[in-house]
Amino acid sequence: MLIGRIQVPPRVQRGEIFEVRVLVQHPMETGFRRDLDGQSIPTHIVDKMTCRYGGREVFRAELGTGISANPYIVFYTVAQASGEMVVEWSDDRGEKGRVTAMVTVA
Amino acid sequence: MKRRRFLAVGIALAGMPAMAQRFQPPQDITPLLMKITGGVAAERRGVEVVLPQIAENGNSVPLNIRVDSPMTEADHVKTIHVFAERNPRPLVATFHLGAQAGRAEITTRVRLAGTQTVTVLVELSGKRFLMGPAYVLVTSAACLDESLL
Repeated sequence: MLIGRIQVPPRVQRGEIFEVRVLVQHPMETGFRRDLDGQSIPTHIVDKMTCRYGGREVFRAELGTGISANPYIVFYTVAQASGEMVVEWSDDRGEKGRVTAMVTVA
Repeated sequence: MKRRRFLAVGIALAGMPAMAQRFQPPQDITPLLMKITGGVAAERRGVEVVLPQIAENGNSVPLNIRVDSPMTEADHVKTIHVFAERNPRPLVATFHLGAQAGRAEITTRVRLAGTQTVTVLVELSGKRFLMGPAYVLVTSAACLDESLL
């Protein structure tokens, strides 16, 4: 299980556009580096991320080696109803991670 | 003899930054763009790409993309592609948005292998494309292994 964090505003108005911040802990190895013995370090990156809000997909991303270690992504969505924001991601070795946050619509 | 060697080493060292710069020449990303657009010309407007003017470390460069779009069902941003022409793999990331995003804006941190132009290709609903380039000066490039110098 990969580690990550999500941040949403504590309270939003219906119809309000709010910010969602996601931070994932991951080395994001490019596959272009070598270790001290000159052996190449294999690629190891988070390549897929999806975000569902109230069961509906609101954001999706495909990441490459050009994303920094510990990927940080900020995106926006419109507050519809109180519900759970679920962000899931997986790396190229099939490891998965998941974080959730409760969105409270006033 | 000693002086000759000293000079030779000096010249070799002086050449190193130049080699580093040559490590990854800018690639022509047009074929990659064409694959996405399918030949539809991308308009150079409405995409604001915010990058620092000088990035000290190419391993983590803050990138903010804002697209001028009403984000309605009829007219919204579908996809945002980020390309870095001097990176060994130029396609940095693809973000899928939709009308439910409300605002066409993305912030992330990218790796840049040297001073270059970052190109953002935006696909709008209805097979229309926007493009926005941004130039960034990178003092210390990512993916630059000392062993390769």
